[in-house]
Amino acid sequence: MTALIETDQLEKRYEVGDSVVHALDCVSLKIFPGEFVAVMGPSGSGKSTFMNVIGCLDEPTAGRYFLDGIDVSRMDRDALAEIRNRKIGFVFQGFNLLSRTSALENVEVPLLYDKTHPKDRPNRAREALKLLGLEGRMHHHPNQLSGGQQQRVAIARALVNDAPLLLADEPTGNLDTKTSVEIMELFVRLNKEKKITIVLVTHEPDISAYSRRIIRFLDGRIVSDRENRP
Amino acid sequence: MIHLPATLKISLRALRVNKMRSALTMLGIIIGVAAVITMLAVGKGASNKISEQIATIGSNLIIVIPGSTTTSGIRLGSGTYQNLTIADSDAIKHECSAVATTAPILSGSAQVVYGNQNWASIVFGTDENILEVREWTLASGRNFYEQEIRGAAKVCLLGRTVAENLFSNDDPISKTIRIKKVPFTVVGLLESKGQSMMGQDQDDVIYVPISAAQRNLFGRYFPGTVRSIMVKAASTDALDRAETQIRELLRQRHRLGPGQEDDFTVRNLTQMMQTAEQASRVMALLLAAIACVSLLVGGIGIMNIMLVSVTERTREIGIRMAVGAKTWDIRMQFIIEALVLSLIGGLIGVGLGILVAELLSFLTAWTILISLYSVLLSFGFSGVVGIFFGFYPAYKASLMSPIDALRHE
Repeated sequence: MTALIETDQLEKRYEVGDSVVHALDCVSLKIFPGEFVAVMGPSGSGKSTFMNVIGCLDEPTAGRYFLDGIDVSRMDRDALAEIRNRKIGFVFQGFNLLSRTSALENVEVPLLYDKTHPKDRPNRAREALKLLGLEGRMHHHPNQLSGGQQQRVAIARALVNDAPLLLADEPTGNLDTKTSVEIMELFVRLNKEKKITIVLVTHEPDISAYSRRIIRFLDGRIVSDRENRP
Repeated sequence: MIHLPATLKISLRALRVNKMRSALTMLGIIIGVAAVITMLAVGKGASNKISEQIATIGSNLIIVIPGSTTTSGIRLGSGTYQNLTIADSDAIKHECSAVATTAPILSGSAQVVYGNQNWASIVFGTDENILEVREWTLASGRNFYEQEIRGAAKVCLLGRTVAENLFSNDDPISKTIRIKKVPFTVVGLLESKGQSMMGQDQDDVIYVPISAAQRNLFGRYFPGTVRSIMVKAASTDALDRAETQIRELLRQRHRLGPGQEDDFTVRNLTQMMQTAEQASRVMALLLAAIACVSLLVGGIGIMNIMLVSVTERTREIGIRMAVGAKTWDIRMQFIIEALVLSLIGGLIGVGLGILVAELLSFLTAWTILISLYSVLLSFGFSGVVGIFFGFYPAYKASLMSPIDALRHE
């Protein structure tokens, strides 16, 4: 089976004044389709940089990155945009929904940038929202929704393109415990039922406990990579 | 890859959110477009009015008048010399290649009487070519016959004003009027021409055969001399050539030596008017150019607001990039937003411009002409301004790094 994510000696360096910061240092790993991985580590450990690179939002300084068998480490902006559109769904800590725009239209946004026919957009967005139990909130604006609901809209947006990979950066960081549990159960369900590969960044052990594999970062290196039984 | 309806919807929403800001930005474009349309309308109206005047005196018209005489050291001014003749007129017609036709003129004012009505008018003795020279048509009746000119027949053509004053609403054809007590039969009624550029009533006129005028109305010391000769050049391009040919021919016929001054004057009426027309057109263009500057200033306003908008919406740009928006998707979004802003402004500006132009024509009685061309031009220009000044902010937005844009607070 080919890995969905395969990194080979991935490096990311920043020059800050005279010194060089190694945000990622020789990171090599494989993540296979259907996995549910939690990336952990203290702040500054490189986990966010790792997420940005595998999310094709940032380019590595050195090393190679294969996403679904395609080398994306040297692609240009527009090619990366297309990869993000087709292969990756993002869920952010701060939800990152467009304000003054209904839930339905927020979910439609990724479909604006692919070949979906304009007439099919609302239907597909509606289906994604239904899957997350938001049938009744389609025409609400983000400021009329609770934090949990907003995050579910964001997840619907990540799913609407049928992307095989879902990247979540501290998805429960802005949510209370009860809602966090709901969202995590949702991830587990999506992973099990829809076979979506999930990589999530968190620093909370409670959250990482839902995953089946935990990777720990420290100073830009992987320090542990083990299975987890939820 | 650009989805116009969706992008348009996004743009309209963004503009609606900041209503006041959008309205003020549009105002620059509105004023610019309205100014361009009004200025072009005023200019076009003025030059059209002059063109109309040219058409009423007859196009490609040259007038030859005699020179000045000097009596006991007193110079009497141009037109006083009795040295232009009917024969000169015929010679010009037949020998100058750049001339289409000519009509001699022997004119004077006279009292005309019909029944119990009377009226003072200007009587022109001329020949049958006068209608062609002045590009005049008959409302009813007929032109002079050639033998009437040769035989000094007492027939006449009436201008509309004269006919109205003598006959009210009756048909003047075949009626006999008396000009300076001499009976003349009306054979034709001229179409109305209206006022000349100088404000004279061109319809207050009577044409009679030049021979009859000479014999019965305005006898001259030297028979066969005329007050002026009206010449129609073959074409507008031939005007200068015709002028030169006439001058050469008349110098030759009047036996003027190389050192002697002309004893006649050649006036190119059409050229004078065309110069006036050109001046008014240049004036209009100048005004429109000034108006265009205000449109440019409006465009800078758009650029300013679009730059603010791009900064404000950095996070939105980041989100769109994260879910797959490419360089041109982002660029088009902001260009279309600028375009929507400028085109709505342009549309309102067109309306306002037409309104102001109409108001001006109502208040000042100027001739004002709004052409479709000027409307399309200024509307199109507002679109160009939108694209031009929208491009830089859009370009800036499209080059943002998605991570930085997403982190932007």
